[in-house]
Amino acid sequence: MLHIPCPHCGLRNETEFHYGAEAGVAYPEPNVLTDSEWAKYLHIRANPKGWLAERWVHFAGCGRWFNLWRNTITHEIGPAYLPFTTQPKKPDNIGQEGLKA
Amino acid sequence: MTNTHDTLSPGTIGRRRAATFPEQPPRLWKSVKPKKAYDAVIVGGGGHGLATAYYLAKNHGLTNIAVLEKGWLAGGNTARNTTIIRSNYLWDESAAIYEHSLKLWETLEEDLGYEMFFSQRGVLTLAHSVSDVRSKRRNLYANALNGIDSEWLTPAEVKKLVPIINISEDVRYPVHGATYQPRGGIAKHDWVAWGFAKAASDLGVDIIQGCEVTGFDIKNNKVQGVQTNLGSIAAGKVGMVGAGHSSLLANLAGFSIPIQSRPLQALVSPLLEQVLNTVVMSGAVHVYVSQAHKGELVMGAGTDAFNSYAQRGGFHVIEHQLAAALELFPIFSRAHVLRTWGGVVDVSPDASPIMGLTPVENLFLNCGWGTGGFKATPASGWVMAYTVAHGRPHELNQAFALDRFVTGHLIDEHGAAGVAH
Ligand SMILES: Cc1cc2nc3c(=O)[nH]c(=O)nc-3n(C[C@H](O)[C@H](O)[C@H](O)COP(=O)(O)OP(=O)(O)OC[C@H]3O[C@@H](n4cnc5c(N)ncnc54)[C@H](O)[C@@H]3O)c2cc1C
Ligand SMILES: [Zn+2]
Repeated sequence: MLHIPCPHCGLRNETEFHYGAEAGVAYPEPNVLTDSEWAKYLHIRANPKGWLAERWVHFAGCGRWFNLWRNTITHEIGPAYLPFTTQPKKPDNIGQEGLKA
Repeated sequence: MTNTHDTLSPGTIGRRRAATFPEQPPRLWKSVKPKKAYDAVIVGGGGHGLATAYYLAKNHGLTNIAVLEKGWLAGGNTARNTTIIRSNYLWDESAAIYEHSLKLWETLEEDLGYEMFFSQRGVLTLAHSVSDVRSKRRNLYANALNGIDSEWLTPAEVKKLVPIINISEDVRYPVHGATYQPRGGIAKHDWVAWGFAKAASDLGVDIIQGCEVTGFDIKNNKVQGVQTNLGSIAAGKVGMVGAGHSSLLANLAGFSIPIQSRPLQALVSPLLEQVLNTVVMSGAVHVYVSQAHKGELVMGAGTDAFNSYAQRGGFHVIEHQLAAALELFPIFSRAHVLRTWGGVVDVSPDASPIMGLTPVENLFLNCGWGTGGFKATPASGWVMAYTVAHGRPHELNQAFALDRFVTGHLIDEHGAAGVAH
C-alpha cells in the first residue's frame, strides 16, 4: 500500500485517498472548443512510464484535493503540493524499485 | 487422480479430475532475426498480437509479416489473466464481437491443431442487491435479443449448481440471483499464445522476442516502419497491439489516446480437490473465481486506483477480494494463497476496446481491452487482421473506433464488465 503525504494531515495510508489522475488539467472555455478539443479535455490524461504529477483527495481525512509527484514504475513518492501553487520540479530518478513506496 | 492424456478432450477437462498436460515439442515457433523489411509488422506479442498475425496469414494471405515483442511471448497480460471467457455483454456492438470470439473459441483448438484446454464449464455472474438484480436482468434480456445464451438462476438454483456457495441471507452481500452463460468458461492462457504463435510461424510469420519498438518512421503522415533495439525495420503497415503500453506507443507515433494503465492482480491457491466446476463472478464484491485444470483456485481482484507500469498492486486489494471470497465460499477459509501477481491493464473511458484507424496512415490500433480482453483474443485478432489487410475496419470493430470519443458514441460496458471479466 502506498503511504501518501497529505499536505494537510501528513503521511497516511493509500486507503484513505481517492485517485484523480493527471494534475493541472485546466478547465477549458466550453463555447470556443471544437468537438475534438472537448474530447481531449474529457478523455485524454497523461499516462507516462515514470514520474507523473497526479491528483489525490484525502476523503477519509481533511477531504481536500492536492497534487503529488509519483513514479509509475517504482511507486516512489515525490513531493506533494497544493493546486494553483508552483509545481515542484519533477524528481530525479532515484529509481530503486519500491524505495519509498 | 489420472495422468493420462486421453482425459484431456476439450470440454471435459478438469471437471472432476486433476489434469496433466501433453508434452511440448522442443520448438513451437522458429526463432529468427528481423528482416530489413516486411509488408506488415505487429507490435506486441501477447495473445491479441499473435492472433492478429495468424489471421493476417490465414485469412488474408499476408505472410511476409512479423510480430515484435519487447519481452517474451505472452509475458504481458496474456499469461497473467484469470482466463474467463463469456460473451454476455450488454450493448449490441459488444455482444457482436464477444459472441464472434466465443464462436471462434469453440473451434479454435481444431483450427490451430493445438490444445488450449478450452472448457465450457459455464460462467455465473452473481447479483447481490435489488439494483444489481435489475441491471443483470436488463443485461439478460439484451442478451436474449442478441441470441446469446444466458439464463436467470434463483439463489436455490445457484446453490444447486455450486454447492459450496453460501446463499444465506444473513451476510454482507447476499446472493439474490445470478445470470448464467453455459457456453462461457476458461482456457489455458499461455497455451493460447503458444498455439497462435506456432500456427502463425507455420504459415511463415516471423516471431521476434526481445525486440522493443522505440519509435515510428512516419513520412507525409504515412507510417514507413519502426525503430527498435534491433535496428530499423521497414513496414508498409503497422499494427499496435501493446495493451498496457498502448498510450506510450501512440505518443511515439505523435498522437494521444484515452488510455490509463492500471495494475490488476490475481492469485492462486495450491492444488486442491475439485470443488468448483463453473466460473463464479461477482462485480459487486470484486471477486471472480474458477478452479483450474490442475486444481488450483484462481481468483482475480479489482484494479488498483492509480496508474502504474509496475506489474504489481497493493496487498489491501487482495485482502478485500479474499474477504468477499470467504463470505461467498466459507470452505475456502482453509486454503492458502500460493502466489499473487499483477498485470498492466489498458483502461478506456467506456470500458470498451479501441480498435481501428489512427491519425497516421497505415498505422492501426488495438487496445483498451482493460480487465477483460482475454476472452476476445481470437475475435480481436480476426478484426485487427482485417483492418490491417484492408486499411479499413471490419464491421465488428467499426463502432470501436478511436473517434467515438469525439462523436460521443461511447459503448459503456461498465455495468457488464464492471471490475470483471
Ligand atoms: C490479473 C488479470 C486478470 C485478467 N482476467 C481476465 C479474464 O478473466 N478474462 C478476460 O477476458 N480478460 C482478463 N484480463 C485481461 C486480459 O489479460 C487482457 O485484456 C488481454 O490479455 C490483452 O491482450 P494482449 O495480448 O493484447 O496483451 P498483452 O499480453 O499484455 O500483450 C501486449 C504485449 O505488447 C508488448 N509491448 C508493449 N510495448 C511494446 C513495444 N514498445 N515494443 C514491443 N512490444 C511491446 C508487451 O510486452 C506485451 O507482451 C485480465 C488481466 C489481468 C492482468
Ligand atoms: Zn488530509
